[in-house]
Amino acid sequence: MQVVENIVDGQKLFLQKEYQDSFEKKKEFESSYNSVNPQKVKEITEWTKTWDYREKNFKREALTVNPAKTCQPLGAIMAALGFEKTMPYVHGSHGCVSYFRTYFTRHFKEPTPCVSDSMSESAAVFGGLSNMKDGLRNCNALYKPKMIAVSTTCMAEVIGDDLNAFVSGAKESAEGELDDVLIPYAHTPSFVGSHITGYDNMMKAILEQNNPTRSEKVEDAERINVIPGFEPYLGSLKEIKEINALFSDKIVMIGDHEEQWNTGAGEYQLYSGGTPLEILKTAINASNTISLQKYSTVQTAKLIKNKWKQGYTTCNPIGLNGTDAYVMKLSELTGKEVPNELTIQRGQLVDAMQDSYPYIHGKKFALFGDPDFLLGLVSFIIEMGGIPAHIVCHNAPKKGWEADMKEVVAKSSWSEECQIWANKDLWHLRSLLFTEPVDFLIGNVYGKELYRDTGIPLIRIGFPIFDRHHLHRYSISGYKGALNLLTWITNAVLDKLDEETKETAKTDFFFDSVR
Amino acid sequence: MLEKLEEEVIEEVLKAYPAKAAKKRSKHLGVDSPEKIKGACDSVKSNKQSVPGVMSQRGCAYAGSKGVVWGPVKDMIHISHGPIGCGQYSRGGRRNYYKGVTGIDSFVSMNFSSDFTEKDIVFGGDKKLKTLLREVDELFPLNNGITIQSECPIGLIGDDIQAVAKAYKKESSKPAIAVSCEGFRGVSQSLGHHLANDTFRDEIMDDVSARAGFEPTPYDVTIMGDYNIGGDAWSTRLLLEEIGLRVVSQWTGDASYKEMAIAPKSKLNLLHCYRSMNYLARHMEQEFGIPWMEYNFFGPTKTTQSLRKIAEFFGEEIQAKAEEVIAKYTKMTDEVIAKYKPKLEGKKVMLYIGGLRPRHVIGAYEDLGMEIIGTGYEFGHGDDYKRTKEDLKRATLIYDDANEYELEQFVKKLRPDLVAAGVKEKYVFQKMGLPFRQMHSWDYSGPYHGYDAFAIFARDMDLAINSPVWSHTKAPWEKNQELGA
Repeated sequence: MQVVENIVDGQKLFLQKEYQDSFEKKKEFESSYNSVNPQKVKEITEWTKTWDYREKNFKREALTVNPAKTCQPLGAIMAALGFEKTMPYVHGSHGCVSYFRTYFTRHFKEPTPCVSDSMSESAAVFGGLSNMKDGLRNCNALYKPKMIAVSTTCMAEVIGDDLNAFVSGAKESAEGELDDVLIPYAHTPSFVGSHITGYDNMMKAILEQNNPTRSEKVEDAERINVIPGFEPYLGSLKEIKEINALFSDKIVMIGDHEEQWNTGAGEYQLYSGGTPLEILKTAINASNTISLQKYSTVQTAKLIKNKWKQGYTTCNPIGLNGTDAYVMKLSELTGKEVPNELTIQRGQLVDAMQDSYPYIHGKKFALFGDPDFLLGLVSFIIEMGGIPAHIVCHNAPKKGWEADMKEVVAKSSWSEECQIWANKDLWHLRSLLFTEPVDFLIGNVYGKELYRDTGIPLIRIGFPIFDRHHLHRYSISGYKGALNLLTWITNAVLDKLDEETKETAKTDFFFDSVR
Repeated sequence: MLEKLEEEVIEEVLKAYPAKAAKKRSKHLGVDSPEKIKGACDSVKSNKQSVPGVMSQRGCAYAGSKGVVWGPVKDMIHISHGPIGCGQYSRGGRRNYYKGVTGIDSFVSMNFSSDFTEKDIVFGGDKKLKTLLREVDELFPLNNGITIQSECPIGLIGDDIQAVAKAYKKESSKPAIAVSCEGFRGVSQSLGHHLANDTFRDEIMDDVSARAGFEPTPYDVTIMGDYNIGGDAWSTRLLLEEIGLRVVSQWTGDASYKEMAIAPKSKLNLLHCYRSMNYLARHMEQEFGIPWMEYNFFGPTKTTQSLRKIAEFFGEEIQAKAEEVIAKYTKMTDEVIAKYKPKLEGKKVMLYIGGLRPRHVIGAYEDLGMEIIGTGYEFGHGDDYKRTKEDLKRATLIYDDANEYELEQFVKKLRPDLVAAGVKEKYVFQKMGLPFRQMHSWDYSGPYHGYDAFAIFARDMDLAINSPVWSHTKAPWEKNQELGA
């Protein structure tokens, strides 16, 4: 029973004897094996750690267990929120939108604006045109956006709603109310690709539908567009903008969602920050566009290269080499020397890497996450002398990614020990961790159960992270971002060392005060 | 005064909508008070299609079935059948606690998906589903059954998951249950609850073999509509056991298949979340003659009332024990109230939740001297609003299927001291400097059911309202400006 002087959480409450007794009594009625046959549970638990289980597990054709990816519309919402006063609008059921908003809100600990047009059975039969007509008007009246970015759910895609016709039909019947609102739209079926595909499709739609055609292009030789991609680290957006500004004020970010998920206390603002629409509408005029996530911008790249005929490059400014390449690319495109400030930052990063390397050198890591995130992270681990033993990318694109990853891995002197696992989920990874263990795991919150099951410490880097606070505020890009990565990884190694050596009079001679 | 403000804000909110939407929304908003004869609780429209284009806080039928009702059943594997997203978004967020070895004999916090691709949409997913079911049984041999939870495309592409499940049930001789809970069906998660209840009725109630050998006693009860969020069903179970009852089945928090199949043998069904499980309670009454009783374990006043009502059903012996239990815990909860009430008395609260909570938690707040000035349901029906009336103590703003715009305006006008709603709303109000508690997930705390849990509830409300963090919002120079002005 609770004692008022010391009210305990459920965590401790349920350890009290009366609750433990109650749990025991409950077993009598249960069918779970732990109540019926604990020995069987032990036996199967051990079996799941074996090579035999791993082989069966890897033969799966139809079943996905504990994925490390999600569906397209989520990415579309992030792309939309990168623009000034833009309301993401999902043509489909409102249940999806509640899920998307919840997912982002749990990660950023910030509100996430997004509406749906609440399609239901009648829309499934007759199509969602009337939902779209009412929905756009209501959205505009309540939330007064400058742009409404329409994406779709799988329901709307399966019934084959024609967005082009629907949006123009809705505008025509809106009695002028929608005349001043930009309404780009993108098909984002959940059964194709993953959240990064949705980002790509929405970004392409926003750019293409809000820019003139190439014949009306007025090239601005100095202007460079930078597209960040599906970037869950707001600090990364900030740092990239700082690096850009050191070269030129004509380098602009297209799709800048930093401020939207980082507003201060005081009053609630529905919209915050974002790429100004004037910048968006002149995107075609830039001489070059750099994408910071090659695989989150595959279709967008085609628009920019083939239709807009701009210079197009991809960079991945995660880690030392990636940031070097980005900085040199900016230097090349602007014709300017690398600013001294960046040389200083680079020196500080390398200095820090040289301080910490003994703790990472030769350590084995398993990493999982999005394709571009992994290319950067794996590169950094290799730069530090670590071994990326398992690289799991559940949403690995069919074309190019494995080859790119092989190229990164080839730089490691342990490249033979590094395995790349495209399109594998976290239950596959569980088998890998039991049969070919590593020292550390790097990934998002879903790595938590792997940590519990295998005892391999999880270093939380990725998306989503629901169970730790404020990590998304930091940068993982640029030299300062690499320093954050270095700090998190090194200190995780040291935490583990302390944990392993803390036993009095047995191991604590190694429980050093200086490391 | 309060009532006038409430009437005013409804009018103001409706002005923002285009005419058609304003007309629709006006039927979902109103004011009620204990004195009113036909107040909002009798008149608001509910369980209707949401207005398109707004930030509705509602979920879908899949969320109601997989996310709420089926998902917590621990020894079965619940397949999110369709594209990858739904299972991922609904993974782990509801905090349905369970005891078991995850991945081996229990599976609640995991995500099993058929991860549909374009090919599955075009050619149908039944074949993939068949393969998938076999893979589940090979890799997770200690599962006690599989459920297939349909996502939107399934019902649109003409798949016959019922047939696949039926065939597999024969093949595996374990339960294989298909739920056609596509997200576009109905207007909210509510239909999903109903569909899940229907599958319980059709698939589990008849499974006599699972309850063979069960020896009944006169004191057997089933807890229904408790999803063990933060351990709620456990702190409920303990009290029922202490008054001399035997809880033979829990629906569905920390439930296992066999327990659920035992339910038709119990003497009384105790229903906490009426909204999500009244269907099955009614069915068991008709089919097995088991009476059901609603109860409320939020806060000591309601818990005590409920315990007495439950004990009365079982007669004097249980009543005597119940009084002992009530006396034992009341001493503690009185101390809790003495500790926290002075710090919380008179504080005004606005609620916006789902299920049973928009009415059931009112008593717990009132035990702490707090006042509810607004409440509403995401997916309630008329019978929920009617039941809410008896819990009102003053003029209360009633809002059905409120969206983010409306909630923001209501809060700005009525200036409550605490908002208690969901995670999507949380940071909106915290940014305004308003204390907020998530009342779906207990804001990562809990349990909140029963006497022990009330101590945690009281502590949580105190920490929310009396935290120093809310006083830092204005910078010192802004305060100076105000003084100077």
